[in-house]
Amino acid sequence: MSDNAPGYNAAPLNIDPMSAPQAPAPVPAAAHPQYAVELADVTFAYDRREVLTGISMAVPHGGVVGIMGGSGCGKTTILRLIGGQLRPKSGKVMVDGKSIPDLDREALYVMRRKLGMLFQFGALFTDMSVYENIAFALREHTDLPEELVRDLVLMKLHAVGLRGAARLMPSELSGGMARRVALARAIALDPMLVMYDEPFAGLDPISLGVIGQLIRRMSDALGITSLIVTHDIYESLKIVDYLYFVSEGRIIAQGTPAEVRASGDAFVRQFVDGNPDGPVPFHYPAAPYRADLFARA
Amino acid sequence: MLDTVAAGLLHVLRRVGGRTIAIIGWLGYATRFSFAVVRETPAAFSRLNLTLREIYFSGVLSLVIILVSGLFVGMVLALQGYDVLQRYGAAESLGVLVALSLVRELGPVVAGLLFASRAGSAITAEIGLMKATEQLSAMEMMAVDPLAHVVAPRFWGGIISMPLLAALFSTLGIFGAYLVGVKLIGIDSGAFWGNMQAGVDFRYDIVNGVIKSIVFGLAVSLIAVFEGYDAKPTAEGVSTATTRTVVESSLAILGLDFVLTVFMFRGVG
Repeated sequence: MSDNAPGYNAAPLNIDPMSAPQAPAPVPAAAHPQYAVELADVTFAYDRREVLTGISMAVPHGGVVGIMGGSGCGKTTILRLIGGQLRPKSGKVMVDGKSIPDLDREALYVMRRKLGMLFQFGALFTDMSVYENIAFALREHTDLPEELVRDLVLMKLHAVGLRGAARLMPSELSGGMARRVALARAIALDPMLVMYDEPFAGLDPISLGVIGQLIRRMSDALGITSLIVTHDIYESLKIVDYLYFVSEGRIIAQGTPAEVRASGDAFVRQFVDGNPDGPVPFHYPAAPYRADLFARA
Repeated sequence: MLDTVAAGLLHVLRRVGGRTIAIIGWLGYATRFSFAVVRETPAAFSRLNLTLREIYFSGVLSLVIILVSGLFVGMVLALQGYDVLQRYGAAESLGVLVALSLVRELGPVVAGLLFASRAGSAITAEIGLMKATEQLSAMEMMAVDPLAHVVAPRFWGGIISMPLLAALFSTLGIFGAYLVGVKLIGIDSGAFWGNMQAGVDFRYDIVNGVIKSIVFGLAVSLIAVFEGYDAKPTAEGVSTATTRTVVESSLAILGLDFVLTVFMFRGVG
């Protein structure tokens, strides 16, 4: 997608960590039904600890959007809000034009059939074979005959290059293979949206490239909307159309890959260049070093 | 001075109040969880293969420890019982002594304790690990309720297995007592079985024993699935939950046994 890609609320890269979040303005669902996912001024807290503050973002149908930020900044919480596993304290979470927090249990489950999620370490069912893992959702939600289920499972496995591993158990798979099986499982029901939680974590370079390309190809070939939560800047920049940077629960920057690469902002530069210290400090907040060292004296 | 005492008292009151509220909240959560599991009963039986698999894991795989324990408990009971009975010239009553001890008490209680240690801990560890590895979250995101697919089959598998295991424990115990009493010590076989048949009442002894084992199965299964589902999703959390299952189940069995015995056997025998 070009730098002026339509559908992303794509204001120019707007970065100012010290000011209020410069995320796109909340977009009413009815006015922009083309968005697969919309978050408008979302705030979320675990008990009294606020994790997300004023998060607004929009993901158009068929787009590949990344959410980037350091560990514990609230990225995965955004996915859980979209999937309805958590409820926001305030703000709107819309998926395909429906407000997720307002859905009752039955309607939420109907909505989830349109969603796929790839968990950080695959979350494959360990008591089922690769084949059974992928057939699971098909058997639960459809009345397809077993022959058709078999064909669909093999097609999904072929798409991720693991048709030959159908009879293996999850314990027999490498990390990269497990992630690919989880991807095949996530697309088993041909979802509208697939959410990826750290899909690149802990993979060797080959598996990393394979997963990245699979995500992009799935999106291009099947028209699936993809939302990727990651801290891997290099792989993300290769495949996403648009990136949001999250820090301490706020969106502090956003832009297309070209805008991110060209950015002079200290936070984005720290991420892109992998600097150990910067706006995201190397040291966890502590008392002055000297004071700590001589505290016993 | 007074201010310090007042502040100290306030601190203690706060802690007690906070702890009380936490316990009430936990009890409320546990109760809601229990109702939710029971509500998913139709799901457990519509996925009969899952429930049968859990009966296999909880029941069949517990057979070795249950049968061996039952046999040895029966044999020891026969040796100890004979030692006392023969002092009063009532050695022929060994059969009825062993049968009543096993059917009324030892069968349900010891089988329940073994079931909690072997199957209850395994259920908790399995569900806890599924939670820690996000398998339960994955199921939720696939629009499949883990309570229906994971918890309810294990709950019912435990309830169905427990009375069968208790019955087998008692049967092997009686067989063990027969081996020691009749074959080893030489008590008359007819007296051993005849006195047992005359002394054991189907309604008061056997049915009450079965009711006990069903109640223990329900308690152990509920504690096991709850602790697994409520476990912190870490290695330490799963380990703690597994320990809690064994401790809570054992205490529940002993406490429930006393209560049930008070109601079942008062004025009998």
